[in-house]
Amino acid sequence: MFEALREGLEEEMDRDPRVCVFGEDVGHYGGSYKVTKGLAQKYGDLRVLDTPIAENSFTGMAVGAAMTGLRPVVEGMNMGFLLLAFNQISDNCGMLHYTSGGQFTIPTVIRGPGGVGRQLGAEHSQRLESYFQSIPGIQLVACSTVYNAKGLMKAAIRSENPVVLFEHVLLYNLKERIPDEEYVLSLEEAEMVRPGEHITILTYSRMRYHVMQAAKTLVNKGYDPEVIDIRSLKPFDLYTIGNSVKKTHRVLIVEECMRTGGIGASLTAAINENFHDYLDAPIVCLSSQDVPTPYAGTLEEWTVVQPSQIVAAVEQLCK
Amino acid sequence: MACSATAQIIQPLSINSARSVDNSDACTKTLSPSSFLGSTPRINKKLFAVNKSISPLARRPTTVFAVSSDVVKEKKLKSNSSLSNLLITKKEGLELYEDMYLGRAFEDMCAQMYYRGKMFGFVHLYNGQEAVSTGFIKLLKKEDYVVSTYRDHVHSLSKGVPAREVMSELFGKTTGCCRGQGGSMHMFSKEHNVLGGFAFIGEGIPVATGAAFTSKYKREVLKEDCDEVALAFFGDGTCNNGQFFECLNMAALWKLPIVFVVENNLWAIGMSHVRATSDPQIWKKGPAFGMPGIHVDGMDVLKVREVAKEAIDRARRGEGPTLVECETYRFRGHSLADPDELRDPAEKAHYATRDPITALKKYMAENKLVSEAELKAIDKKIDELVEDAVEFADKSPVPARSQLLENVFADPRGFGIGPNGKYRCEDPKFTEGTAQV
Repeated sequence: MFEALREGLEEEMDRDPRVCVFGEDVGHYGGSYKVTKGLAQKYGDLRVLDTPIAENSFTGMAVGAAMTGLRPVVEGMNMGFLLLAFNQISDNCGMLHYTSGGQFTIPTVIRGPGGVGRQLGAEHSQRLESYFQSIPGIQLVACSTVYNAKGLMKAAIRSENPVVLFEHVLLYNLKERIPDEEYVLSLEEAEMVRPGEHITILTYSRMRYHVMQAAKTLVNKGYDPEVIDIRSLKPFDLYTIGNSVKKTHRVLIVEECMRTGGIGASLTAAINENFHDYLDAPIVCLSSQDVPTPYAGTLEEWTVVQPSQIVAAVEQLCK
Repeated sequence: MACSATAQIIQPLSINSARSVDNSDACTKTLSPSSFLGSTPRINKKLFAVNKSISPLARRPTTVFAVSSDVVKEKKLKSNSSLSNLLITKKEGLELYEDMYLGRAFEDMCAQMYYRGKMFGFVHLYNGQEAVSTGFIKLLKKEDYVVSTYRDHVHSLSKGVPAREVMSELFGKTTGCCRGQGGSMHMFSKEHNVLGGFAFIGEGIPVATGAAFTSKYKREVLKEDCDEVALAFFGDGTCNNGQFFECLNMAALWKLPIVFVVENNLWAIGMSHVRATSDPQIWKKGPAFGMPGIHVDGMDVLKVREVAKEAIDRARRGEGPTLVECETYRFRGHSLADPDELRDPAEKAHYATRDPITALKKYMAENKLVSEAELKAIDKKIDELVEDAVEFADKSPVPARSQLLENVFADPRGFGIGPNGKYRCEDPKFTEGTAQV
């Protein structure tokens, strides 16, 4: 996947000379997850800028650069580090278009790996989608496959809105064949992974793979789950989701986000509000535990949702 | 001020170190090391009662150093020909006077309007600090960028934003520069390159750094003919904030065309600068990052202008950033909601005698640059302009509900796809401001 992200980034940088990258170790080092490998050698040190360790300030710099004509892509070495940039992301990235009365656009992309990895410890394993959710004026997307990683990267760079692109630490080494032709995906649409009849399972990012693993087991047991990767965490694609709910009447949300105030919580509310009449059972939301990610492997495993839990939940819902 | 062309090496000036400085040209304040500065509120009296201080020289062999503006003024006076050894021409003088008077008149009108209930919220007035805004901004081109804080009305006016638009914005009308959506603390103008107006202190400094980065990028990557400069204005309180230091580092590192202008008015609401800062001499923080740090008397527009010229030219030439500390003072409270009881009346009285507008008038009168009548004409013109701005703002319409959801996203598809398959922004209720998003 990291190559797909790089390809997407490179194609956009070729296409528009105003696209530039800011981040720690993105230049000479090639990026901690190799997403920007080789780009500094190709485009120069100014276009692929190695910043000092000052997240808040270089994110602010990206905002200033975006306001004055450039299209920066900010890489957080880990999404958790972007908490330090929260002031700039929330107040400036999100709000300046509005407070300036529409005069300035902030076409930045803020991206980086997040999520629970392999025993990386609490601070490097944060699930921050919920933290950014309420910021007005930004869009959140999460990529999950090699195909949608490249497409979403390109779409995010081309968008006039500030976009936060959530990648996942454990997905960078995924391999997949992708088209040679250029393609750009829509930032606001969800992806139908597996059509089905019995139940709608909504998921995103790494949990998609846990869901698909659970789906294999479920199919063997005779269930027919419909799996949708929502991709767009904010705003929700209520059309795709709604159509699915109208068909299956049962919803299970599987996410890696924190339970409290998470993406799942918002999604539950949105579905209840809009499609209440179509539901045969209450919406079940499986999120990760509201705990700092423990270091110990066994504890870490039980922090996130496992396929067996998904199977059990589906069986419960479909009774 | 000699700046050599190579890297960051600046040759020290040979200055007569025994020069005594009189009270109204205070450059630095020597602080007695034994007093605990945070202890009593009255400590500030000692500060400006000083002044047989010596101008800050390079005492150690560093590559960059700080210069007192007196030196610049004197040098210029000596080096110019005897024919015109004044710092400004008549035209420039009138321009500076007009700009400062506009700033003062506008802010006074803001206070009036606030107490009459025409504007609300937090309004921070700039009275007393006009010399800094005028001194710097009048040297800029239209393409140069200005970034300010919440005390941004006068910066916007100096940069060229029409008084009508600023006043409308303060009244919250659609004809305001930000359509009424920003308010006092968020003045933006794409046309005049005013990049805000920020409510949190320090927030704007990275934005200014980014604008300076764009200028460098345009020159070096896009190969455009670009020598735009960014100015970041902020106060003494901000100089203890992380973003300030982070940006000093990055600007010096990449030699960005930016000037960091500190409007040191000694107070951060009720927090005195010396109670909050371990080393109150802010200009010193420049050389620590590898850029010149300059202290200037911010109540004297001519001194500010001389220093500004050099700093801005330096940035334009690609030699990198400068940190300029302007010693100034705000005559009113922090905001219109601040009772301003903490500051010593003697301190206020002292600075009132150094009113920048009066000082400029005096200079121009002494040097027979302009006549009293010309100044009065300007006063009248500005008073009428401000009155007109108020009238315009008064008559302007308030934003309709339809404006609520506009401008949240540059691309309104960001509101997403609704249950009916259409983008929410295509919902007719969207333009009414009542759509569900």
